[in-house]
Amino acid sequence: MRYSYYPGCTLKTQAGASLERPALQAARALGIDLVEQEEWQCCGAVFPLATDEIAPFLAAVRSLATARDRGEKLVTLCAACHHVLKRTNHLLQVGSETRDKTNNYLQLEQPYTGEGQVIHYLELLRDELGFDRVAQKVTHPLAGRRIAPYYGCLLLRPAKIMAFDNAEDPRVMEDLLLSLGAEPVDYPYRTECCGVYLSVNNEEIAGSMVRKIVHAALKQGAEAMVNACPLCHYNLLNLQEKTPGGEPLLPVYYFTELLVTALGLPEEVGDKTR
Amino acid sequence: MQELAEISGEKINDCYQCGKCTAACPVNPFMDILPHQVLRLLQLGQVEQVLQSKTIWVCATCFTCAGRCPRDVDLSVVMEALRAILLRQRGGSRLKGEDMPCLIRKGMPEQGIVSGFRKYTK
Amino acid sequence: MRRIGVFICWCGTNIAATVDIETVIKEAREMPGVVYAGDNKYMCSETGQTQIKGTIVQQKLDRVVIASCSPRMHELTFRKTAAAAGLNPYLVEIANVREHCSWVHKDKDAATVKAVALIRTAVAKAALDTGLEPQEFVVTRRALVIGGGIAGIQAALDIAEAGYAVDLVERTPSIGGRMAQLDKTFPTLDCSACILTPKMVDAAAHPNINLLTYSEVEEVEGYVGNFEVTIRQKARSVDAAKCTGCGLCFEKCPSKVKSEFDEGLALRKAIYVPFPQAVPNIPVIDRDHCRWFSKKKCGVCKKVCPASAVDFEQSDVLIKQKYGAIVVATGFDLIGFEIFGEFGYGKHPDIITSMEFERLVNASGPGGGKLLKPSNQQPPKNVVFVHCVGSRDKSRGKPYCSKICCMYTAKHAVLLKEKHPEAQAYVFYIDVRTAGKDFEEFHRRAVEEYAAVYLRGLVGKVFPSGDKLLVNGVDTLSNQAVEIEADLVVLAAALTPRHDAEGLARMLGIGSDAHNFFVEAHPKLRPVESHTAGLFLAGTCQGPRDIPETVAQAGAAAAKAIALLNKETLLSDPCVSAVDESLCTGCLACLKVCPYKAISDKPLTEKVHGRQRRRLVAEVNKALCQGCGACSAACRPGAMNLLGFSNEQLLAEVDAICL
Repeated sequence: MRYSYYPGCTLKTQAGASLERPALQAARALGIDLVEQEEWQCCGAVFPLATDEIAPFLAAVRSLATARDRGEKLVTLCAACHHVLKRTNHLLQVGSETRDKTNNYLQLEQPYTGEGQVIHYLELLRDELGFDRVAQKVTHPLAGRRIAPYYGCLLLRPAKIMAFDNAEDPRVMEDLLLSLGAEPVDYPYRTECCGVYLSVNNEEIAGSMVRKIVHAALKQGAEAMVNACPLCHYNLLNLQEKTPGGEPLLPVYYFTELLVTALGLPEEVGDKTR
Repeated sequence: MQELAEISGEKINDCYQCGKCTAACPVNPFMDILPHQVLRLLQLGQVEQVLQSKTIWVCATCFTCAGRCPRDVDLSVVMEALRAILLRQRGGSRLKGEDMPCLIRKGMPEQGIVSGFRKYTK
Repeated sequence: MRRIGVFICWCGTNIAATVDIETVIKEAREMPGVVYAGDNKYMCSETGQTQIKGTIVQQKLDRVVIASCSPRMHELTFRKTAAAAGLNPYLVEIANVREHCSWVHKDKDAATVKAVALIRTAVAKAALDTGLEPQEFVVTRRALVIGGGIAGIQAALDIAEAGYAVDLVERTPSIGGRMAQLDKTFPTLDCSACILTPKMVDAAAHPNINLLTYSEVEEVEGYVGNFEVTIRQKARSVDAAKCTGCGLCFEKCPSKVKSEFDEGLALRKAIYVPFPQAVPNIPVIDRDHCRWFSKKKCGVCKKVCPASAVDFEQSDVLIKQKYGAIVVATGFDLIGFEIFGEFGYGKHPDIITSMEFERLVNASGPGGGKLLKPSNQQPPKNVVFVHCVGSRDKSRGKPYCSKICCMYTAKHAVLLKEKHPEAQAYVFYIDVRTAGKDFEEFHRRAVEEYAAVYLRGLVGKVFPSGDKLLVNGVDTLSNQAVEIEADLVVLAAALTPRHDAEGLARMLGIGSDAHNFFVEAHPKLRPVESHTAGLFLAGTCQGPRDIPETVAQAGAAAAKAIALLNKETLLSDPCVSAVDESLCTGCLACLKVCPYKAISDKPLTEKVHGRQRRRLVAEVNKALCQGCGACSAACRPGAMNLLGFSNEQLLAEVDAICL
């Protein structure tokens, strides 16, 4: 199974050790061939909602077109990149002013009209590989570990376009956890926003959102939280309440960290508390 | 108003004030005017009051309101258009280059910094 | 040369404001064959009709063109007018200069040009009109009512009382429908079962009513006065003639299944009557869940039946019957909740639909009407009611208002307080709509006497949290977000037609709207008739409505059916297809496209060059033909012609527009 892979800037820096490296390691172990795109550029991190811009779409369209030319699905790992690429693809699929403008600007050999497919790493595991095949490869099951999946916004919404999972009651991380032998914890707010970029200049708001989420998970007996987005990860980890020793009350992992642990892969997982 | 309609492409008058957006909004406790009030004020043409509000900067663009709106009004897009109007016409970036090193030191992922600059600056 | 008269209607200002009548008259006078053109402010009025009749006689008109509204509106009126003046009614043509012209245009000059063109077209067609004679056919004086809810029961009773035989077909094992599931009814709070059961018993006992429960309509053929319907009476596996209704069989049956009647909140047996007051009180075996039918084991019901009524060998019976009229009363379903994930329906047992609430509060329902939380059988303290779940929701639900939810939710708030005085009702609403007799008073009682807290706004999400339900809502009157820790959440779900209404509409040949509600022939003036003659509508299959409206409509539909059955014969529409046998090559392409099975082949013997020759030609059954014209479009040699709309006439119309 061979795929084009779009990493994005965060995975090459802050989230490299704990999100990208284990993801690539697990992919190799599961027989998935992820080929990093040669010339990818930053996706812009937020999908432009103002319909009169084109520049912010260009990087995404370039990557989409390159994957299309190679006849490969484009795999993403960062929730923000996935959101931007998937929505850009949709915008070009349905036909829009943006489609005409970006194509005019880029002058690709073959115009890009959304014919490629963008899938998130979790979708790759679920739909292309199958969680049963993941389960077969588990050597160190996470038995007895009560873990609360946190989804956030970018993978789920807008539901019609992202088509990632049931946006109000998603299952994919629960199913992954089950395949790894862990016990998923159901709690309120797992699909509520963590505050995203509000933490850049308004930690008060983001903090209160994070504490609400973390508190709800703790109340249902979670011993850790798992997520798929670098910014959620940062917020959840840094803005929650700390123990007197400065440790977070609830450890937060990327799903990839749990994946390599359960697959028994040798490399040391990243520092959870950073 | 016309600019707002052009940038957002949303039909403000479709809103019938059921308040579902506010009920769904995870940051509503921090807003000075609530999401459904934003749409009501826009329906009444009171754009300035909305532009002056804290609300449009509190909005986290989590898309929850849009997904549940029974009238197909995407408030997240309206909020973005309001921010765009302010930033484009009046400048006043809410994030400065000088803030960068501090954010990086704190371990803020690039995704967050880029999003912040995209949202808060022209 | 023809003597054609053109009559132009102003329709007050409807036409005259956009079309220059003077110009139109002048132009019409110049059209070939036209000997008269005149106008009237209201051509359909007494004076207008007198003008038409007088002119026909004075001017010796042999064809008439009326330029007015749509023929749907007044074609019949003007045909009668012409007939009164001695003209064959099929020599009248309508030029629709209102719906097709004045109403849809603003530019008066352009609209005038178009009106003239439309009239020229009608004149060209009229010139080729031939007088047609309708045929008489006999009416089958028996009615079919589809659906055994309150609408169907009422319609059947009314028709039966008028002296006509009625077959009442019901899909489930008992008549009663949705009303039988309800507890109390608004705004009087009288017990639903108490007022419904006598009617159910009356229907069963009426000599003119034949109940066909556990039965479904499979095929409908024919036409008004002579429908031919095939009904599948599903095997009950219980001999109705022998069964005494003692109930021993379902007492002993070991297989348990979720009860449809109790909205899945309680269990029934594989052999069951759906509810205690069921009519007929004869059990059926649900073969999908019966151990005998799945594993050929058990057979307990047969062993214990003292009347030896259980019959595993019974098979479905197909009944073929002719009817003069059909009343459709198939009722409603609730919208599916899968798309409204934020309410968490199905994720927690204490998040329920309004219909489930009815069962929980009903004495014959699960828990004996104590109204306890399904999760732990404890009384609820805080109960949140949500209006408009799927109604008035154009993005994921239905754009229409379901009409009854405001009232039944007020009723639920009252019933809650009566069962549990310490409980508190919170009602999230967008608007409270109480247009009905005593409705507003009832709603105010719920607020003032029963202290229901009405919050103006909707619910964002329901978060199950342990055994509580966190409800995030808003009150837009105080502009506050509201969070309620609820014990029970009741969702007022949108009403939709039955899930298979679309298929039934196709089978019956009646129209349905974008949401699959059946469409009435005219929203104001023909509210209980469908577009298809002889088919009448009653109850929620046509649109959301409450019980009194349903009963009134069922009575009206019955009255229409009775008026039809009262006639010994009906006149057929003579606008049917006719074959020119000299042109027909016998290819029978027409037979294949005819949706009404009105065409057959006929051997023809003729002499060609002195020798006998046999060949096949098409033949049209004039009683079955509905005049759709499919055959004449399919006919290559042009032998098939729709009378009143012949190929020559259509071409003349095209010429009149183009030349």
